[in-house]
Amino acid sequence: MNNLSSGISARNKLSARQFVSTFGSLIGLIVLVILMTILKPTFIGGANIRNILRIASINGLLAIGMSFVIITGGIDLSVGAIMGCAGMYSAYFAQTKMGYPWWVAVAVGLGMGLLIGLFNGICIAYLKVPAFVGTLGAMSIAKGFTFLLTDAKPIPSLNNEFKFIGGGNIGGWLPVPIVIMLVVLVICFTLFYKTRYGRYVFAVGGNHNAAHISGINTKAIICSVYAISGLLAALAGVITTARVTSGVTSTGDGYETNAIAMVVIGGTSLAGGRGRLWGTIVGILLLQCLTNGLDMLGVNAYYQLIIKGFVVIGAVMLDGLRND
Amino acid sequence: MNLLNLANIKKSFYGVEVLHSVDFSLKAGTVHALMGENGAGKSTLMKIIAGVHKPDSGTISIDGKSVEISNPLEARHLGIAMIHQELTPVNEMTVAENVFLGREPVRMGLIDHKKLYSQTKELLDKLNISIDPREKMKNLRVADQQMIEIAKAISQNARIVIMDEPTSSITDREVEILFKLIDDLKSKGTAIIYISHKIDEILRISDEISILRDGFNVGTWKAGEIDVDTIIRNMVGRELTAQFPKVNVPIGEKILEVKNLTLKGQYEDISFDLHKGEILGFVGLVGSGRTELMDSIFGLTQPDSGRILLNGKEVRFKGPKDAIRSGLAYVTEDRKQEGLVLPMSVHHNVTLTFLRNFVRHGIIQSRKEVSVVRDQVRALNIKTASVSQTINSLSGGNQQKVVLAKWMITAPGIIIFDEPTRGIDVGAKVEIYKIMCEYVAQGNAIIMVSSEMPEAMGMSDRIIVLSNHKYSGELKRGEFSEEAIAQLQFKHMVKSLIN
Ligand SMILES: Nc1ncnc2c1ncn2[C@@H]1O[C@H](COP(=O)(O)OP(=O)(O)OP(=O)(O)O)[C@@H](O)[C@H]1O
Ligand SMILES: [Mg+2]
Repeated sequence: MNNLSSGISARNKLSARQFVSTFGSLIGLIVLVILMTILKPTFIGGANIRNILRIASINGLLAIGMSFVIITGGIDLSVGAIMGCAGMYSAYFAQTKMGYPWWVAVAVGLGMGLLIGLFNGICIAYLKVPAFVGTLGAMSIAKGFTFLLTDAKPIPSLNNEFKFIGGGNIGGWLPVPIVIMLVVLVICFTLFYKTRYGRYVFAVGGNHNAAHISGINTKAIICSVYAISGLLAALAGVITTARVTSGVTSTGDGYETNAIAMVVIGGTSLAGGRGRLWGTIVGILLLQCLTNGLDMLGVNAYYQLIIKGFVVIGAVMLDGLRND
Repeated sequence: MNLLNLANIKKSFYGVEVLHSVDFSLKAGTVHALMGENGAGKSTLMKIIAGVHKPDSGTISIDGKSVEISNPLEARHLGIAMIHQELTPVNEMTVAENVFLGREPVRMGLIDHKKLYSQTKELLDKLNISIDPREKMKNLRVADQQMIEIAKAISQNARIVIMDEPTSSITDREVEILFKLIDDLKSKGTAIIYISHKIDEILRISDEISILRDGFNVGTWKAGEIDVDTIIRNMVGRELTAQFPKVNVPIGEKILEVKNLTLKGQYEDISFDLHKGEILGFVGLVGSGRTELMDSIFGLTQPDSGRILLNGKEVRFKGPKDAIRSGLAYVTEDRKQEGLVLPMSVHHNVTLTFLRNFVRHGIIQSRKEVSVVRDQVRALNIKTASVSQTINSLSGGNQQKVVLAKWMITAPGIIIFDEPTRGIDVGAKVEIYKIMCEYVAQGNAIIMVSSEMPEAMGMSDRIIVLSNHKYSGELKRGEFSEEAIAQLQFKHMVKSLIN
């Protein structure tokens, strides 16, 4: 109820508590990196960092899209399913035997994601279906289409140009997924902080009514965030498929929870209207470094789940301190 | 002995001290008024008493015993009830559920709904409020929500009732109900702290008056020993020349015509003209259909029938966006629900309606944007630590100024103000009235819905009175009087009683 300022007035004196809650996740990330470096010096090695970033860029695409959605006060549970769907359809067209150029396959995959995203958006913005329900439905629909394509069988032997998107390196060392992620980040940062669109996304999430009266087409804004989320999820699906060099129906399963976790770790409020993109990036890196680090230390996967669960809750708890 | 004593209360937010060693005392069975400019620290001081904020230092004592009030529940147990300046309705719950929130009548561990509704009905009847206890809170008008908040506070049988601008959104009729209530409470020995920017109210009901300025208590007076000028001088720190600096502007051609506009159950068969240079007042009781009419003119709702002509051409706004494009602006009545995006900064709120003006090649030119915001902050004297402070940490009156700023910068041809100076202090009001006069002098026009008679009469060129959803009459400047307006306000109500 007594929702105080979000640390922006940090210009004045920043209390220790505020500092922790604003930069908590970032501090956590730094501590984690230092700790891992001490325990396993190879953690900070070029090869490992590249590895972390490459995987992070896949999850990151989902989380960035999810940030748009969550800031409007919504949620998108269908991103994992969209990933799988886009992956399969692009794989279908990328088969060597089909003979289509690589970009056709990519376009089909992205188109699929955009379509499902728009479907979500229309249901939620115009037909007033709650986001949770709408995207849950879309998740099931997308899964169904994924299985239908090949009767749930994997799609092998993709063409080489297509595979380059996921597995290739530029200049022999810079993985293509990282480059794609960086480009997406630059575009999204610009959208978020430099354009009217970004301002309107925040306004719609913060007070739908006031935004409407201010002349903002709130329905279009809400619809668009799901389209963006769908598109970015599809991109993640295409990259993953290209990386594993075959279309598999299980691609993206459960990824939506990771994406949501990364966004909230970054300090974005599920209530809408409050959030920051750099926070999401910290959230992405934090979870990815944690996974990688625990793997390197040989921690059992089941323990990893438990640890990650606590990290997510802890990060959001710190963030809550600010609202005291 | 004093019922309540505050000594040396200090409070800072983010390193900025907003209360500096404030002393305050309250006697049983009296009304103690608290006055001060917007952002002086009145609400903050009250929230400390109500357990919402903790003071950084200082002591609070009740009946001479020092107490610590660390949350609103403890305050309630100590017999303190507060009507907050910013209404806090739980929108999806019913009126009764709101009134008894946190202290629902129970039977065998379950909420006793029958009792909940009958008790609420009783309470509302006693207070002369005709609202259905089963109505959802979100369906009520602001004024009715305010009355529910009052009922809620009263029903707690508290020893200390804090009223933070309870009359900022209600009309004279409800004010009378409230004042009768206050008299009842006083006679039962309840002490009341009353915050308002309406000096006539204060002089009428208070026994003592304290004035805060910039977080200092500048003094406490017995009500009979202080006059309006002294109050204003102590609040503002200077003399105010005219309360309503009306400038007579030549009235130009017709800019807006409304013909036979009707929306069933909201307003019926309303016709009027608006001219360049004119400030057209709209008065009427709460529920007379004023806000509903303005909503339709601005395209928020669609009328069933009737026409709107803008500069002679018929317009039909599908939404606010169309209205804004055509040069209209609408300062809405309820700043929290409709005016402001609370988690956003002052800066982003001010430019929200007008962002397109700061965009080049799709990119917002933030330097230009910030400088416009700074100008507005200065012009309206908005008290904020920086333009990037979030709106919800501003004082109520300063939030209202942000709503004004947000629409002023769009520089349209017609501004509709619905209760423009709600919660704004006397000094700032004068500044806003001046800005209004300058605005119409440039050939623009203003429609001003106001429940404050002195304001409506002081600033309007013409006043249209609505009664019971219908047009009931029009008065020209010079014909204005409280009686004439009151008569028109009740015109269609008396008829409907007879029928
Ligand atoms: N939660 C908060 N965080 C930061 N600053 C705050 C907060 N609450 C109040 N302030 C600041 O404290 C000062 C006093 O605010 P307060 O709400 O007490 O004023 P007020 O006297 O009630 O004014 P008004 O007449 O406008 O209601 C203001 O400058 C305001 O910006
Ligand atoms: Mg206040």
